[in-house]
Amino acid sequence: MNAFVRTLLDAAADVERGSPQWLAETRRAAREDFARRGLPGPRDEPWKYTNLRALESRVPRVGDPDAATRVVDVAGFELPGCHGPRLVFVNGVFRADLSQVGALPAGVELGPLAGLLADGRDSARAVFAPEHAEPGAALARLNAALATDGVSLDVAAGVVLEAPIHLVFAGADAGADIAWHLRHGIRLGAGAEATIVEQHLGAAGAVQIGNLVEQVALGAGARLRHVRIQEAGVDATLVSRTDLVLGAGASFDAVALELGAGLSRRDVRLRLDGEGARADLRGAAVLRGRQHMDAQFELRHASPGATSEVRWRGIADQRARAVFGGTIVVEEGADRSDAQLSNKNLLLSPHAEIDTRPVLEIHADEVKAAHGATVGRLDERSLFYLRSRGVPESAARSMLTFAFCSDILDGIAFEPLRADLGQRLARHLPRMPGDGA
Amino acid sequence: MLKIDNLHVRVAGREILKGLSLEVAAGEVHAIMGPNGAGKSTLGNVLAGREGYEVTAGSVTYQGQDLLTLAPEARAAAGVFLAFQYPVEIPGVNNTYFLRAALNAQRKARGEAELDSMQFLKLVREKLHVLHVSDELLHRAVNEGFSGGEKKRNEIFQMAVLEPKLAILDETDSGLDIDALKLVAEGVNRLRDPARAFVVITHYQRLLDYIVPDRVHVLAEGRIVLSGDRDLALKLEQQGYAWLAERKLAGAA
Repeated sequence: MNAFVRTLLDAAADVERGSPQWLAETRRAAREDFARRGLPGPRDEPWKYTNLRALESRVPRVGDPDAATRVVDVAGFELPGCHGPRLVFVNGVFRADLSQVGALPAGVELGPLAGLLADGRDSARAVFAPEHAEPGAALARLNAALATDGVSLDVAAGVVLEAPIHLVFAGADAGADIAWHLRHGIRLGAGAEATIVEQHLGAAGAVQIGNLVEQVALGAGARLRHVRIQEAGVDATLVSRTDLVLGAGASFDAVALELGAGLSRRDVRLRLDGEGARADLRGAAVLRGRQHMDAQFELRHASPGATSEVRWRGIADQRARAVFGGTIVVEEGADRSDAQLSNKNLLLSPHAEIDTRPVLEIHADEVKAAHGATVGRLDERSLFYLRSRGVPESAARSMLTFAFCSDILDGIAFEPLRADLGQRLARHLPRMPGDGA
Repeated sequence: MLKIDNLHVRVAGREILKGLSLEVAAGEVHAIMGPNGAGKSTLGNVLAGREGYEVTAGSVTYQGQDLLTLAPEARAAAGVFLAFQYPVEIPGVNNTYFLRAALNAQRKARGEAELDSMQFLKLVREKLHVLHVSDELLHRAVNEGFSGGEKKRNEIFQMAVLEPKLAILDETDSGLDIDALKLVAEGVNRLRDPARAFVVITHYQRLLDYIVPDRVHVLAEGRIVLSGDRDLALKLEQQGYAWLAERKLAGAA
């Protein structure tokens, strides 16, 4: 047993002792499971391209006792259109002083999960229900043993929440290595609508491991729009796992921009459970230095007539590595499914690496399905064209790189937010000329 | 303005230009004609600084400086412009954004003030107006989904905005119908100026009915084999490039 696993198991035992009875049993099972399995290794297929060995020797403090007083730059939270409800977590700890919930429409319950754990309400139990028993989900299991807070959102049937819910996860330098664990539950009743903007940010030098698990359930005809802006600090490790279940006619539209963290892993498991459900997932990982990002999607068509589309872009410069895994499963009986998955990658340096694996499994009839992955370099002809007009080479490279992935932002309907993300993307590219656009 | 002396260029290990010499003065329009494979496009590309063109001998002097040592963007800032035979489609890069970035990069390199978006739009609208180009073109990605004629007009439009000193038009007439050809030629003629020179590379005489050249050169087998005035282009039109070969044979005999 390595130092990392031992440290976290000790912390888990403490958390378990302080837990309400209904939860203690779940935590114990999760802890024992993690003790048995340890960190995922190269033999776990879903972790083939992401090696966690660097974690093994780390002995992070679990939680930051001074998180409540850490100073963070609140200007960093400002996003166009995000002036409504906002929940802020610093080093995994909820900060009421930085958060605002305000007046929510009737039928909307939003708040930190911690308050719901003591009396074991159904919504809290649901958040801890999944077993994450499959190989490779050890960190999600660990999360069940350790997470004591997170975000809980319930939107009652038919309620339309206009203002986006802004969730902020800020990493601050704790002067030591820390690990934090959060767990979210998001439930939209039939016909309900909501938008979530999930933002990760952090200072360089903030050495930490964030571990997030999220359960999302969309009732019949519900609609969730999700925007994720990940600009965690370069010394941060971020692991997140989201499980979604979509009822009949429900839709989920997600746009993700993965720019930060030294090491990040994102697992999205989405089940199109009801007839005619629809999912549209877009995102780009833009990496440089020694950044490593592993995005793993599994979309399961479990009912007839559902539609899914995944568009993921990976851009790796310098010594960065972008990994993508995309699996579409069309289950028996899920006839007339329409599933499209594409992963395009850009290698900007001979030392960078791209690994991509799209998988399609079809067990139904009359299915429209397509998947594809490409890895390429910047087009020399385009580069020469731009340079011949006077654009310096570095700027021309940035322009073409931006163009390669900017279309994923088209999934954001609110123009000022789309433009803001475009600028963040541009700033992340080397020497982008002008002002975005 | 431009002096090419005994230029030898290899592309992919093959010698394409074999001792080409040419002098162009400010205010002049020179036409370069020649059969396919003579090295016409190589000349345009090597002047604009495309990679993969290896100069093995000779020199190119532009406004007193050695052009061949400059990066493509530095040549552009110094006033060299190549209108491409096959303009590249660049999805995701907005035409206006690209052109403003290009113009401002050139201005910055020359130590001139950059244009803000209002000044730039004003300039662009003037140029659109005189070139009869629809402003819808501004909102599209660079050449994406453009017809052949639109691409060529976009080249001329870019030229009008960037106001180069030396413009090289590489078979700008190819693939154009007569109406599009007239529009392109009109755009070029509006830019004729005592301070500006043009090198018009073409396979057909037709373009020269609309852009009347001061000098006509015949490029064959990697060098200028014949130079003359406009009548030379008409003669080529009547007799074809085969006439060149016959002439050569006659000379050898």
